[in-house]
Amino acid sequence: MIYWDQEKECMSRQSLAELQLRRLKETVFRVYAFVPAYRNKMDARGIKPDDIKSLEDIKHLPFTDKQDLRDNYPFGLFAVPMSDVIRIHSSSGTTGKPTVVGYSKRDLDTWSELMARALTSAGATKKSIIQNAYGYGLFTGGLGVHYGAERVGASVIPSSGGNSKRQIMLMQDFGTTLLTCTPSYALFMAEIMEEMGINPTDLKLQSGLFGAEPWSENMRREIELKLGINAFDIYGLSEIIGPGVAIECDCKCGLHIAEDHFIPEIIDPVTEEILPDGSQGELVITTISKEALPIIRYRTRDLTTLNTDACACGRTHARMQKVLGRSDDMVIIRGVNVFPSMVESVLLDIPGVEPHYLLIVDRLGNLDVLEVQVEVSEQIFSDEVRKLEDLGKLITRELESALGVNVKVRLVEPKTIERSEGKAKRVVDRRNI
Amino acid sequence: MSKQLSVFLENKAGRLSSVTKALGEARINIRALSIADTSDFGILRLIVNDPNRAYQILKDAGFTVSETEVIAVRVQDTPGGLATVLEQMSDANLNIEYLYAFLGTSEDDALVIFKVEDIKKARIAFKEKGIQFLEEQELYQL
Repeated sequence: MIYWDQEKECMSRQSLAELQLRRLKETVFRVYAFVPAYRNKMDARGIKPDDIKSLEDIKHLPFTDKQDLRDNYPFGLFAVPMSDVIRIHSSSGTTGKPTVVGYSKRDLDTWSELMARALTSAGATKKSIIQNAYGYGLFTGGLGVHYGAERVGASVIPSSGGNSKRQIMLMQDFGTTLLTCTPSYALFMAEIMEEMGINPTDLKLQSGLFGAEPWSENMRREIELKLGINAFDIYGLSEIIGPGVAIECDCKCGLHIAEDHFIPEIIDPVTEEILPDGSQGELVITTISKEALPIIRYRTRDLTTLNTDACACGRTHARMQKVLGRSDDMVIIRGVNVFPSMVESVLLDIPGVEPHYLLIVDRLGNLDVLEVQVEVSEQIFSDEVRKLEDLGKLITRELESALGVNVKVRLVEPKTIERSEGKAKRVVDRRNI
Repeated sequence: MSKQLSVFLENKAGRLSSVTKALGEARINIRALSIADTSDFGILRLIVNDPNRAYQILKDAGFTVSETEVIAVRVQDTPGGLATVLEQMSDANLNIEYLYAFLGTSEDDALVIFKVEDIKKARIAFKEKGIQFLEEQELYQL
């Protein structure tokens, strides 16, 4: 089985557009009627729900961003009474007031369906044993995957994040076939396995569904090699619904956005103009089936491109390119945008270099300086200073040519860069701007 | 051919002491050492009495460590002793990557550890020229 819901995942673009328009009109009507913040914004633009006559008219609607969720903290953007909200999730609030999201019974049903699609695409069936090492709790990753895995009918191990040795023991003893966690945690577990003397190919692990942070193609290659599995990307954000907004198919040439529930757009993040098909820009998503927290034109801050060409897998939903980076993770160094994923990609192209790295941004005088710390593994270590210095220079040269900024590479001892059991921390910004 | 352990160290306080502590606790005796350093990192080179066990101990302690083949040469502990050996090595076209010296246990000669490009070639040349070098176990047992 390669689809969970063939009818929806492979519906014609024509029927999809009709469904989207119907659902968009309903959504706009509901937010205008039930959410004062949306009504005020629309009134300010002179837009009434009746003005939405075609899908193109979406461009008249106002954008929503994280700040709107914060301004209406906690429940101000909910479009149903609290008695109809059966689940609440929230961000950690590390970068400001937390953003709170709510789900109706039907929303949770939709979410489970989307996650079932994602897991099926990654090879899950009711015979699978799925170990879910995303953190359970307020974070949408854990419970989102959990409900999808139950919907598929697989056996779910709700191991949550952390306690890596026990995770590995569970994989061995319970015969886990599919692992779900952040890509950085997957690599970390591969490292622990090596330390424990466990050969991943002796496990029953076949595939993994990894997301919640941007990761490069090289990182995929590394995970697939080290764990001996097929690694799939999954995209989502809690403001939209959580994981499952877009899923990767076997072709691994972009992630199919569930267009029966969401309308994606690509805009220029500065001018906010909609960009033509195929251009790179910021992904904007409108939810068209959500009840508790409908979101109109959400600025995801994620940079990608959209492709509506037919995919070899048979799914008709538009594909977004693997996210290069979230503009929140992006650091601007002397005016140049640098994403941690770009650094990762360069490092993994150099044989023997491990994908454990940290970007340290500082300001000396008036100048931004970027230091990239790279761990020295046994494969790249040499007893000769010259060889290690040559390696440092090679990494520096490759990074500088890929990033377009000056880089200072610092070789550090192995395992000194903090390992993450959730989202990896790749950037330390010491500038006090 | 003798084994030297090479350890990667960041230039941070306490790194060297944690290596020596780990070895000391495991009753490993250090016979000779040298450090090559740059502004960011250093490479510690060690000759110990039990290189195989020491390698495992350092690896378990989380260090990046590798084994390097070196050759320990007896050099007369008199002025010009090292110069003679180096001259003979140069005559034999032996490329030296690095070297470090330590006083041996005898009063007459010192020991110099050489990392050469081609260790087999070095052994042959040393034998031909009568340069004395230590066999592996001799060095560890010093």
